Amino acid sequence: MAAHLSSGRVNLTALREAGRRELREFLDKCAGSKAIVWDEYLTGPFGLIAQYSLLKEHEVEKMFTLKPGRLPQADVKNIIFFVRPKLELMDIITDNVLREDRGRSPQRDFHILFVPRRSLLCEQWLKEQGVLGSFIHREQYSLDLIPFDGDLLSMESESAFKECYLESDQTSLYHAAKGLMTLQALYGTIPQIFGKGECARHVANMMIRMKREFPGSQNSIFPVFDTLLLLDRNVDLLTPLATQLTYEGLIDEIYGIQNTYVKLPPEKFAPKKQGEGGKDLPTEPKKLQLNSAEELYAEIRDKNFNAVGSVLSKKAKIISAAFEERHHAKTVGEIKQFVSQLPHMQAARSSLANHTSIAELIKDITTSEDFFDNLTVEQEFMSGIDTDKVNNYIEDCIAQKHPLIKILRLVCLQSVCNSGLKQKVLDHYKREILQTYGYEHILTLNNLEKAGLLKPQTSGRNNYPTIRKTLRLWMDDVNEQNPNDISYVYSGYAPLSVRLAQLLARPGWRSIEEVLKMLPGPHFEERQQLPTGLQKKRQHGENRVTLVFFLGGVTYAEIAALRFLSQMEDGGTEYIIATTKLINGTSWIKSLMEKLEPAPF
Amino acid sequence: MEWSLKEDLRDCLVAAAPYGGPIALLKNNARKEKSPGVRPLLEIYSASGLLLASIPWKSGQLVQLGWTASEDLLCIQEDGTILVYNLFCEFKRHFSMGNEVLQNHVLEAKVFHTEYGTGVAILTGAHRFSLTTNIDDLKLRRMPEVPGLQKPPSCWAVLSQDRVTIILLAVGQDLYLLDNTSCSVVTPPGMSPSAGAYLQMAVSFNYRCLALFTDTGYIWMGLATLKEKLCEFNSSIRSPPKQMVWCMRPQSRQRAVVVAWDRQLMVVGNSTEFVLDEDSYLVPELDGVRILSRTSHEFLHEIPEASQEIFKIASMAPGALLLEAQKEYEAASFGKCFIDKFPAESFVHMCQDLRVLNAIRDYQIGIPLTFTQYKRLTIEVLLDRLVLRRLYPLAIRICEYLRLSEIQGVSRILAHWACYKVRRQLGGWPSRSLGWGWGRSGWAVVLLEYEPRSGEQVPLLLKMKRSKLALSKAIESGDTDLVYTVVLLLKNELNRGTFFMTLQNQPVALSLYRQFCKHQERETLKDLYNQDDNHQELGNFHVHSSYSEKRIEGRVGALQNALDEYYKAKNEFAAKATEDQIKLLRLQRHLQEDFDKPYLDLSLHDTVSNLILDGHHKRAEQLYREFKIPDKRYWWLKISALANRGDWEEMEKFSKSKKSPIGYLPFVEISVKHHNRYEAKKYAPRVTPEQRVKAFVLVGDLDQAADAAIEHKNETEMNFVLSKCTASTDAAVAEKLNRARAQLLKK
Repeated sequence: MAAHLSSGRVNLTALREAGRRELREFLDKCAGSKAIVWDEYLTGPFGLIAQYSLLKEHEVEKMFTLKPGRLPQADVKNIIFFVRPKLELMDIITDNVLREDRGRSPQRDFHILFVPRRSLLCEQWLKEQGVLGSFIHREQYSLDLIPFDGDLLSMESESAFKECYLESDQTSLYHAAKGLMTLQALYGTIPQIFGKGECARHVANMMIRMKREFPGSQNSIFPVFDTLLLLDRNVDLLTPLATQLTYEGLIDEIYGIQNTYVKLPPEKFAPKKQGEGGKDLPTEPKKLQLNSAEELYAEIRDKNFNAVGSVLSKKAKIISAAFEERHHAKTVGEIKQFVSQLPHMQAARSSLANHTSIAELIKDITTSEDFFDNLTVEQEFMSGIDTDKVNNYIEDCIAQKHPLIKILRLVCLQSVCNSGLKQKVLDHYKREILQTYGYEHILTLNNLEKAGLLKPQTSGRNNYPTIRKTLRLWMDDVNEQNPNDISYVYSGYAPLSVRLAQLLARPGWRSIEEVLKMLPGPHFEERQQLPTGLQKKRQHGENRVTLVFFLGGVTYAEIAALRFLSQMEDGGTEYIIATTKLINGTSWIKSLMEKLEPAPF
Repeated sequence: MEWSLKEDLRDCLVAAAPYGGPIALLKNNARKEKSPGVRPLLEIYSASGLLLASIPWKSGQLVQLGWTASEDLLCIQEDGTILVYNLFCEFKRHFSMGNEVLQNHVLEAKVFHTEYGTGVAILTGAHRFSLTTNIDDLKLRRMPEVPGLQKPPSCWAVLSQDRVTIILLAVGQDLYLLDNTSCSVVTPPGMSPSAGAYLQMAVSFNYRCLALFTDTGYIWMGLATLKEKLCEFNSSIRSPPKQMVWCMRPQSRQRAVVVAWDRQLMVVGNSTEFVLDEDSYLVPELDGVRILSRTSHEFLHEIPEASQEIFKIASMAPGALLLEAQKEYEAASFGKCFIDKFPAESFVHMCQDLRVLNAIRDYQIGIPLTFTQYKRLTIEVLLDRLVLRRLYPLAIRICEYLRLSEIQGVSRILAHWACYKVRRQLGGWPSRSLGWGWGRSGWAVVLLEYEPRSGEQVPLLLKMKRSKLALSKAIESGDTDLVYTVVLLLKNELNRGTFFMTLQNQPVALSLYRQFCKHQERETLKDLYNQDDNHQELGNFHVHSSYSEKRIEGRVGALQNALDEYYKAKNEFAAKATEDQIKLLRLQRHLQEDFDKPYLDLSLHDTVSNLILDGHHKRAEQLYREFKIPDKRYWWLKISALANRGDWEEMEKFSKSKKSPIGYLPFVEISVKHHNRYEAKKYAPRVTPEQRVKAFVLVGDLDQAADAAIEHKNETEMNFVLSKCTASTDAAVAEKLNRARAQLLKK
């Protein structure tokens, strides 16, 4: 069930197991039948830790979504609220509790499970509303880093970037530090910490402080990770803005992957039964889970989309050849053997069918003229062409009222690739956007400016060309089929963040001091002392393991690039990736938008 | 002495700290070969011989023991590692004197004290010196080589002159001075040429004087600068002395050197000789010499004139008379009556000091300080030393007796005591039960300082009403929930002005509070921005609130406020945009009234587009001019709207109104998009040559497209058209293209 988590260098099943254990322990505290009232946001992440079956085993009989009003009738002994510590949610819970029928018998017991952390503030709030005493158990469930895949952890904290960079609210960084402490408790103290950016510095400081807070608990686990690299998203604002061109990246760009699941238009997945073609097309979107447990997906997810087709057709040949085998099976033994392989082959065939359908869906989009034009402009900006003047394509897109987020991505990309736009150019874009999409977006534009995504060129100097050249961010001779550099994930552009990780491993950041200074925030190195017995004696040829933590989000293309580096034969480093949230340009920009809905006049 | 030593002192490594400090003994150190099974034993005694602690020595071979200025014991190992222990033999830390020392081993070592702190000098097996002047800020210095030095020097000493630490060493009849960079030969002035080889040297407590002892029994005494001889003396004892130390008072002109042999002690300067009953150990002090032995601990010092006058046989000095009188009347202050205008204060202070000294000299305490030493050491340091010895009750009583301020005295000591207790009883887990309920919140707060877990610290500080301290602790922890909790408590506790002021000084708390206000009380947000004149944010605030206004007048009013704030913020763009927004809203209201259709809250684009859709071209034109919509965008907008409306006639008219700023390809595209090839074809010929191929392909006229491509001699275009050709219908076109392409490739 969780085989994909143990496939990598670090066995993340342990983390999931710890999570399950903690959950079971809590559930058993509330003896008797239970109903869970969910903060809806949590259901997705929880699904990655425990399925309904686990809850059922522990007498969870009903599940509801948290909403104001009277709680549904349910004949259970316990009502448990699974919530994030947010005041808005406390108000809803208060409402639920106050409306509970006191006359009913037997009375239902209330409990709260705070995720990821118990909050004094919330408890104070409940106390002031006079309901705190109604809760028998108030506990926390420290679900900070959720294992998504064998090499991927996410906090799934949607607003982390906005909170950190726009609102100076570092709550998510505190959770990140706590998550790292949990990780270290399970996988040993990480001896080396590198970082770049203000948030990275803050997290490292908190980790060091937290370690000091528990001097008694000497960690005696042999360290699995050699290095932790903390990276602020605002060190590299460019990468998420560009359209990802890996298979997984494109699925996310086009359909949006949520907690490893994607919902796809159903037409292409209609069961192809002869004679019934086109009769009842399914109307429900097709929901698929995407992770490395699926062999084929693991193979193609990180490839440039242009290299996916050939793999799929090769697979198709192999599978049909395998099915052909049955005609050669003569003896009973041969037939038996064939049959025993059948389930695996059928799974492979259905997997192939699914991905062929997805690839067709994506291809329809990537071969469209608009996709091509958009990509051309992106690539021009990233390679430094005409970044300093108003771009015709963007103007035309605004004039045709293309989706606002697409426009914002392009304008921000241009701004980032030019170290800010000339005031005249910036004002022109802003005016065009406000007139076309509505003046309410003035607050969104303001947010983008605060986050540094959109800005006037103040220094009068454009640093991007220097950064691009020094870090080799633009590669003209990119090989999409058999890549030799991370730039294949964006067909030419090498993600800055991953380049930083790559250069840290070899030859070290000292070689790029100048460029590091141009990027925002401090860069630093910390060492955590290990007891002598735990110091690593590296075997010859054994790779180092580096945990790269993206504070403020990471894209699938960046993950693909890091996986590419892990697999390089002479790479010497394997990467595990952690982040506050898996993002793409669209979801990222969306999180920064101010949602203003006018009251109807 | 309280101790009952079985061993001879000469068989032990001994180190006694100055200022009546503790004594460290390492037993069995040298006897390795004789009884290999016996581990050396490290013992620490008070100056009165009370055992403070002892541990079996399990680390490496020790060469030397020494005490730091803060009464930590330094154990110098043969390999140059120095282990630091406290008074109770508890290990504190260790450090190394470097690789050179590690390789060549420590032959001899000396611990010394200067204004920089406690230093260590090492003589290595390679006859080189390494030293550090402050072990708390370790900087190793390797001294220059002494040319031709084949064997270890017969004696050496560390000197400190003008803040420079140097080493003086003797080899046979030669004296060498080593400073940071050079080695020089020196000769003491007035040194008898027949004095012989140097055996021993001694530097005074204050580094001012130097004494040299030679193998003829000759003693030279002079200034450590080697510029002046004070006196010389011939002891007529030729054997090397065990120890030689200076004995003098800080201000006195009398100078004496005490030289000790196994059974003999000589005070050179007034040349008195004492016989020693047992082997003894000399501890130089600021104003004398402590002499330790198995049975006794004596202090040898020059008698001050005042005492001499009192105690001289048949003295008639006033002091002596007073002493006699005191014996009769038992009144210490008896003599006071005989003096006019004697400042009472200094009398009181003197009495207090004497009481303190008597208290600490008690053998149970065992800190035999002289008055001079006590004054030099200061009361603060003395209290620290009592704390170090865990003599908390005495320390507190001294504080109370001397009426020291709480912070300086009792609280501080209690805090130390509490920490010590807490550490001991709870094995490293500070406890809140100890912290709270003592009613002495001052020191509970001090104690809480030692609580490393902010989650425990902050709620307790809040309970004690130390909210502001709680706030900074919460911020330090990074736990935003804690910060929120404190902030909301402060909000109830303080008046609004003070509350805001407090937040002003804590940016982290301020931004969190803003977040809170955003969700819970938006009006407060305005006050916060007002307070720091943040007009930009105030503008944003008003824009935001304008959207919750239920009436258009309210909306416009709020936007007007925003406009004013944007101007104050010098954000011309935002101000202008908001002005336009107000203008648009007003216009939309008119439109809504005139056409009885919803226009309010549409964007400018959608407003104009809807006007065109409804055929109100004049009104659309008016908005286009009033809002200065760029031509290009207006043309796009208009043709899209016209196509939506299906008003092809108007579109054609418009296309001819003037030269299109967007060219004519959009006309083709938009017509095709609305499945009107007929209209699209009208515009295809007007498309610029570069885009014409695409236009003809769009309208489905492959023949013309092919012609255009052939005319351009553009292979890409030809291929593009070819890709659109179907074999059944477009064979002729395909052939034409193939031919042209072949020709093109030939060239």
